[in-house]
Amino acid sequence: MSSASPDARSLGIALLVLAAGLGCERETRRFRELPPTATADTSLRLSPLQPGPPVRQVRLKSAYEGNAYAVSEGKRWFSQFNCVGCHGHGGGAMGPPLMDDEWIYGSDPENIFATIVQGRPNGMPAFGGKIVTGQVWQLVAYIRAMSGLLRKDVAPGRDDALYGAPQEQATQKQRPLESSRPPQSEQP
Amino acid sequence: MIQFPGQHSAHAPAGPQAQLLDRLGDLLYLISAVVFVLVVVALLAAIFRRRGEGESPEEPARERRMAMAVAVAAGATAATLVTVLLLSFGTGRQLAATPSPEALQVRVTGRQWWWEVEYRDSVANRWATTANEIHVPVGRPVVFELRGGDVIHSFWVPNLGVKRDMIPGQETSIWFQADTPGVYRGQCAEFCGHQHAKMAFLVVVEPPGQFTAWLERQRDTARTPTDSLGRRGQEVFLSSSCVMCHAVAGTPAGSRVGPDLTHLAARRTIGAGTLPNTRGHLAGWIVDPQQIKPGVRMPPNALDPQDLQALLAYLATLR
Repeated sequence: MSSASPDARSLGIALLVLAAGLGCERETRRFRELPPTATADTSLRLSPLQPGPPVRQVRLKSAYEGNAYAVSEGKRWFSQFNCVGCHGHGGGAMGPPLMDDEWIYGSDPENIFATIVQGRPNGMPAFGGKIVTGQVWQLVAYIRAMSGLLRKDVAPGRDDALYGAPQEQATQKQRPLESSRPPQSEQP
Repeated sequence: MIQFPGQHSAHAPAGPQAQLLDRLGDLLYLISAVVFVLVVVALLAAIFRRRGEGESPEEPARERRMAMAVAVAAGATAATLVTVLLLSFGTGRQLAATPSPEALQVRVTGRQWWWEVEYRDSVANRWATTANEIHVPVGRPVVFELRGGDVIHSFWVPNLGVKRDMIPGQETSIWFQADTPGVYRGQCAEFCGHQHAKMAFLVVVEPPGQFTAWLERQRDTARTPTDSLGRRGQEVFLSSSCVMCHAVAGTPAGSRVGPDLTHLAARRTIGAGTLPNTRGHLAGWIVDPQQIKPGVRMPPNALDPQDLQALLAYLATLR
């Protein structure tokens, strides 16, 4: 038998429960958060050359990569803004698939942001000005979740409809292929 | 304090079904009150009329009397409960009666957190779509086809005595008839997420002629504004984020993610009964709906002030 008295043991249990309770944290849903102040102009540069002494490019942080609520909102927009019309539910159709390891225009958040806002040749419309910046970033986070690039606890774990594709949470991480890195100049 | 239109009380019935339910409610209340008083009186009598000193508890004559009293009380209780059951059954039967075939059909879809309302017709281009405001003619049965667009909602109009859940993937229906013209407030009655409380709608009961005129107007497409400010506003509407979610019939805007705005200016409230539909409220709503209804699906829109004024002028033409 342990030497601890019943009193000390129940005190220990109470402290443990208290600590566990304090450890629980509900993710905040920030409805009015200002999105990263990116526009198509600031998200990436197409040329490494610049006049005067070189200015170090500051990498933008995609604010929603770690927020499950924002990612699920992105998932909703992905259907409601008809991304599914061309990309299917990740598997691709008229447009390229988004759940694999191949990225024509880059897999970094800034690349995906620019692709949505600026549009891309052969069919990708430019959504700049039509989707507000915060929602574009939510879409960016969700699109990265589709190929397993987000943390498992952030990626959506449930579908609202029968898609056939595995849930994002169950998707194996698809490390972007080296061959699908965009040219140096388009890297953020 | 903002004064909202619409009555909201189950004790002010505006139709035959609501009347039946209200009467049943009153009757149950009355019966319960009488039973309560009798029970309390019996209890007090038992406390104060206790056995005297030296009285023997085993006296056969009293024992028989008491057994009889208990039997009568049990019989009365059973009779009361059966009466209540029959009353409730009768009311339920009358409520469930099939409406006449010439009833008006209205399809209502509950979405987070607003109501899509469709008046369908055998001719598809005469369908009318609106949101958060249901007009019905007085004295004619109205059948509601209820659908859940995302999660379970519940369609409830207390003054008209109807409440039914709206379940995704399963169509339910309910009908009522309104006999008193007026504006009645409805409310979502099944917790459906962050803004469940701000998910209301209005039922406008009006004379048949007025209703027909309203429906004809709803079937119309929006007219192109004639003044330059309105035209500029339409340009703003079509070239900004509005078109991703909203539809205005007669323009290229056709998305059905958010409420149809073809006749927005004719509606009494915005944000599903959240605010009265005035120019100022609408401006605040467009710029930052998250301040007014946190979590609502509409994002804040950083519009240029001049563009916002033009947009408001355009929206005011959507009658």
